[in-house]
Amino acid sequence: MISDAIDNEQVEILLNDVLEAHGYDFLEYSHASIKRRITRLYAIDNFVSFAEFRYTIKSDKQYFKRFLEEITVNVTEMFRDPSFYKALRNDVLPVLGTYPFIRVWVAGCSTGEEAYSLAIVLKELNLLSKSLIYATDINPSVLEKAKKGMFPLNYLKQYSENYVNSGGIKDFSSYYTANYSLAKFDETLSSKMIFSTHNLVSDHSFNEFQLILCRNVLIYFDKELQHKVFNLFDNSIEKLGYIALGSKESLEFWAKSKEYKRVKTEKIWRKL
Amino acid sequence: MAETLTFNSCGALVIGGSAGSLDVLLEIFPALSNDIDFPIILVVHRKANNESLLTDLLQARTVLNVREAEEKTPLLAKNVYIAPADYHLLIEEDKTFSLDYSEKVNYSRPSIDVTFQSAAEVFKYSLVCILLSGSNADGVNGLKVVNNLGGKVVIQNPKSAIMPYMPQQAFSNVKADAVLHATEMAEYINNLIKR
Repeated sequence: MISDAIDNEQVEILLNDVLEAHGYDFLEYSHASIKRRITRLYAIDNFVSFAEFRYTIKSDKQYFKRFLEEITVNVTEMFRDPSFYKALRNDVLPVLGTYPFIRVWVAGCSTGEEAYSLAIVLKELNLLSKSLIYATDINPSVLEKAKKGMFPLNYLKQYSENYVNSGGIKDFSSYYTANYSLAKFDETLSSKMIFSTHNLVSDHSFNEFQLILCRNVLIYFDKELQHKVFNLFDNSIEKLGYIALGSKESLEFWAKSKEYKRVKTEKIWRKL
Repeated sequence: MAETLTFNSCGALVIGGSAGSLDVLLEIFPALSNDIDFPIILVVHRKANNESLLTDLLQARTVLNVREAEEKTPLLAKNVYIAPADYHLLIEEDKTFSLDYSEKVNYSRPSIDVTFQSAAEVFKYSLVCILLSGSNADGVNGLKVVNNLGGKVVIQNPKSAIMPYMPQQAFSNVKADAVLHATEMAEYINNLIKR
């Protein structure tokens, strides 16, 4: 057990190095979680000393790419929390459908499963052709995967169940073609997506949206950073637009929360 | 490496359990004292649906306040916090909760190992961890960390467990401070109250 291979002080040192050498600021991430990710990486990559680990992260650009990919959590799912997607399908997207054009921001999209799920719902509501999904992440290598729209075939049974439970009306397999161990999703879905790096910590608002989807990203941030990100979203959302968060996230304690109204019992809020 | 300071009072109690642990919790909760002066955290493997069932079952049996742990909220005495289904539950230095949706550990999310270890790093020698019935080895590595950092390790007597594998693995691999029958647990916990 390598529980105390990396202590709190060493975590601080590494995060300061990363900011200085690479420009990525993780200092306001939830400490317990980032410490666990760092400790895990140290163990699986078989480093023998903190000094070696530190030096490699600081000076090896190739290794830093791996560091970035491993310390951010990239676990995601299609149609995760079916009741959430049901609310999008029934209560949110039909309202946005009355607009001439729909701009959506999927912030922290990771490998793209949520962006593709959203595109499928938009398609079934006949709204995809007038929609544009901006999918962003801090991490360029997950965006490369997201662009390809290929997901491991062995997850598709679960995704298909989620899809059905979320009110999906088609045969889920009509959206992809199986290719060895991967399911390649229909390119009409990705044709309405724009992928780009964006760092929620340091980058600014870049457009105005009617819907911002940011699920299971904020749990990795401390409270102050969460509130900064809510302000960023507030600056990026149109009046009467929607902000959607993960099932355990909330904008309840944020200073401007009174300017938003919750949609039913889901973690979706509408700007008033 | 390991701190040599020893246990003197309970800062937090973490209980981990899997298959067969609900019966034990239902035995423990009605007998818990009103005067519990530390937070209790439960990490129980279960299906992702039926969110509030466990909370309701336990709340009906205790005067302590039972609720799901919410991210960035503080751990308070007299409260029982349940790790939400499908998230790992971590504890920050400032004694607030964090949630984490990273890979499953021991095929489990929440993983008992993750919370035991995280709690041990924060509470060190004032932590008490109890591992109950279950059919995989989740929790065992976490107990080793608890042990190393001076906290107390309690294991359900495998003979009294519906699924003995988990406590048996702990029993064989970790030095336990106590090995208890389900019927002895509540009294043990009540005795952790500072006097």
